[in-house]
Amino acid sequence: MREWPLWEVFVRSRRGLSHVHVGSLHAPDAEMALRNARDLYTRRQEGVSLWVVPAAEIVASTPDQGAAFFDPADDKVYRHPTFYDVPEGVEHL
Amino acid sequence: MYGNDFGARAETSSDEPRSFLDLLAGDDRVEPRDEMPDAYRRTLVRQIAQHAHSEIIGMQPEGNWISRAPSLRRKAILMAKVQDEAGHGLYLYAAAETLGVDRADLLDQLHNGRQKYSSIFNYPTLTWADVGAIGWLVDGAAIVNQVPLCRCSYGPYARAMVRVCKEESFHQRQGFEILHTLSHGTPAQRAMAQDAVDRYWWPSLMMFGPPDDDSPNSAQSMAWGIKRFSNDDLRQRFVDMTVPQAEALGLTLPDPEIRWNEERGHYDFGEVDFTELFEVIQGNGPCNAQRMSHRVRAHEDGAWVREAASAYAQKQAEKQLARTEGAA
Repeated sequence: MREWPLWEVFVRSRRGLSHVHVGSLHAPDAEMALRNARDLYTRRQEGVSLWVVPAAEIVASTPDQGAAFFDPADDKVYRHPTFYDVPEGVEHL
Repeated sequence: MYGNDFGARAETSSDEPRSFLDLLAGDDRVEPRDEMPDAYRRTLVRQIAQHAHSEIIGMQPEGNWISRAPSLRRKAILMAKVQDEAGHGLYLYAAAETLGVDRADLLDQLHNGRQKYSSIFNYPTLTWADVGAIGWLVDGAAIVNQVPLCRCSYGPYARAMVRVCKEESFHQRQGFEILHTLSHGTPAQRAMAQDAVDRYWWPSLMMFGPPDDDSPNSAQSMAWGIKRFSNDDLRQRFVDMTVPQAEALGLTLPDPEIRWNEERGHYDFGEVDFTELFEVIQGNGPCNAQRMSHRVRAHEDGAWVREAASAYAQKQAEKQLARTEGAA
């Protein structure tokens, strides 16, 4: 094997926030991936928790199916509160 | 530490997909799996790889002084900075890989000379003050170059640049601090600081690449939203930023033609000798051979570590498999 597998790295910057994708790295196994991720992406206290995920395990939507894949949401403006008219003077709604 | 793309063949664009042109027109970002012209992809791979290689090679001139830093404080700071450069290289290799290339191949191309790195790292670090001059001038120039790259049209490159730029300002300040301490020290320390600035000033100006009328790729890179400002504009911005800082240091810049031009609202400065830049790019700088041989040797000497890590990972995976099967 010429190159170690690729891992995607996610960092929780502080408690109360989600893990966010920050980049990727190569490592031979999960443990090394975690250690490398710590050294590469949290040198300045950027995180309190790390996830590493094998990049090959990620299933993604594709850009060419993009428009069609997401268009069910296009014609449903009534899902947004701004769609509705609220009579003058009505509060807390 | 540094990102630019010159000394390379001009790519011409042809057959650009509609979706790609729409993204550019909307000043939107292109992401890895979007359709993009081959020439755009190749240009980005070349530029990002060159940028990554520069970060990695850039560890050498400063690494040269880690064991001889004048205090524990300076040593800790310098180690942190050199470690950052390694990190910047890795962010950038990861960004390049989103374009469908392998990091191992890019390293091969660095090692066999098919891909370049920034010419600035082919100059030697002769004194401790050079570490200061690199931080102040070289990283200062890199910041001017890299800040606009945070808005580059290719998403992963732009995001890597955001991380790099956040870390880079510490690099510049620590360099400035080193020079400030020396320039306010003994006459010998002051002379050392001045000598370092004298040697690093012109090569720092060359980091922005050839002048606009001799930069065939700039127009295409700007049309693609990879490059946002011309070489000469960035060089001027760097001069304008640096001249007052030199005054604050009490050091002079080795260019008698530097003076404020009221009419232009910029500092005028002397002509850069670009024949030197091209000589260094061609491999004739003071340290080209040393940098490459050190890099190749480090890579080869590290082979056993990579092999051991792979062997260990495989052994652990086999044990895990045996345990799972045993349990089943």
